[in-house]
Amino acid sequence: MNLLPLWEVFIRTRRGLDHKHIGSLHAADGAQALQAARDTYTRRQEGVSIWVVEASKIHASQFEDNASFFEPAEDKVYRHPTFYDVPDELNL
Amino acid sequence: MDQNSVSNDQARFDQIIDAEEKIEPRDWMPEKYRLNLIRQISQHAHSEVVGQLPEGNWIGRAPTLRRKATLLAKVQDEAGHGLYLYSAAETLGESREKMMDDLLSGKAKYATIFNYPTLTWADVGAIGWLVDGAAIVNQISLCQTSYGPYARAMVRICKEESFHMRQGFEIMQVLSNGSHAQKSMAQDALNRWWWPTLMMFGPHDSDSAHSQQSMKWKIKRQSNDELRQKFVDQTVEQAKHLGLTIPDEDLKWNSERSHYEFGAIDWDEFQRVVKGGGLCNRGRLHARRRADEEGGWVRDALIAYEEKRCKKDTGEAA
Repeated sequence: MNLLPLWEVFIRTRRGLDHKHIGSLHAADGAQALQAARDTYTRRQEGVSIWVVEASKIHASQFEDNASFFEPAEDKVYRHPTFYDVPDELNL
Repeated sequence: MDQNSVSNDQARFDQIIDAEEKIEPRDWMPEKYRLNLIRQISQHAHSEVVGQLPEGNWIGRAPTLRRKATLLAKVQDEAGHGLYLYSAAETLGESREKMMDDLLSGKAKYATIFNYPTLTWADVGAIGWLVDGAAIVNQISLCQTSYGPYARAMVRICKEESFHMRQGFEIMQVLSNGSHAQKSMAQDALNRWWWPTLMMFGPHDSDSAHSQQSMKWKIKRQSNDELRQKFVDQTVEQAKHLGLTIPDEDLKWNSERSHYEFGAIDWDEFQRVVKGGGLCNRGRLHARRRADEEGGWVRDALIAYEEKRCKKDTGEAA
C-alpha cells in the first residue's frame, strides 16, 4: 500500500489558548489534511482553529539524548521562586 | 473589499473584544490595533533585552557564588522574555530584522529605567525588588490583554519572573540587616531607584497619548495611574519590613481612599531620559550595537555550516 504523507494535527479549543497536539493523519497535501483533521478531530466542536504540519518537517529531540540534553536544568534550583528566603506575609 | 465586508469585519472584531475573548494572529483586525500592538510589544521586548545590561554589569562582581548563579539565571531569563515577545510581535507581520534595526538605530524606545546606572551591589537588589516588582504589576495586568499571543507570552513571563523579585528582596533584606555601611548602601539604592521606578508606569492617565485607545481595545486593562497606585501600596509595606525609608516626604496613608498618597513625579526628568539625556542611553545602545557586530561571525558560521551540510547531503544522494 502506498501511504500518503503523515501530518500532525494541532487544535486550538478556544480563542486565547495555544494550539495543542491532538493526533495525526495521512493526506496528500495541506488542504486535504485540514479537511481530514476537521472531520476526524472536530466533529463535536472541539476546536476553533486547526494547524497541520507535515510530520517529516518536525525535528524532535531523541529520548536516548535526554540525560545530557536536559541535564543542565537539574541542579539549578535557584531558578525557582521557593529557593529564596523571604517573609511569607509579604506575598512576594 | 467593499464597505459592507469591512464593517462586518469590524463588527466581528468588536464582538470578540466585547466578549472578553482573544484576537488571534490571522483574525481581521483594525490596522491601528495591529500597529499599536507592534509598538507596545516590540518596546516591551527591547526593554527585556536592554534590561540585561544594568544587571549584567554585576555578574562578574557578585559577592558570592550563590548570588552570581542567581544573577546569571535572571539575566538569562530576560533574554528569553525578549524572545517570547519578539515572536509575539512577529505574528502581527513585523519582521525581527526591522525590530532589531529600529532598536540599534535608536528609533525604537525601551523602558527608560534601564538608562540609569548600577553603581553598587545594592542596585542589583533594588532592581529585582522595585523594577521587577513594578514590571510584574504591569505584566499581571497584561495577562488579560486582548491579543492572544501577547497574553500567552505574559503568562509565561509572569510565571518565570516570580523568582526575580524575590531574589532582589532577599538581597535588600540581607543588606538591611547587615552593617551600618550595608544598610546605608541599601537605602542609597532605594533613594536612586524609587522615582525612576514610579515613572515606569508611564505618564499620568490625563497625559498618556496611547492609553485611551489601548484601553478601549483592551490591549491595556488597567490605566498607568491605577497600576502605579497598586505598586506603591504594596511596596511601602515591603520597605517597612526592610526598615528602609521611601524617599518621598509627601507619602502618607489615606484611610478614606485606602491607598497611599505620594508626591509629584518629576516628568521633566522622565522626558529628558526618554529623549536620550539619561546617564546610560548612549552606553546601552553602544553595548547592543557592539553585541550585534561581534556576534555577526556566529550567525555567518551557522549559515555557512548549514549550506555546507546541504551540499554534502545532495552530493551523497547524487
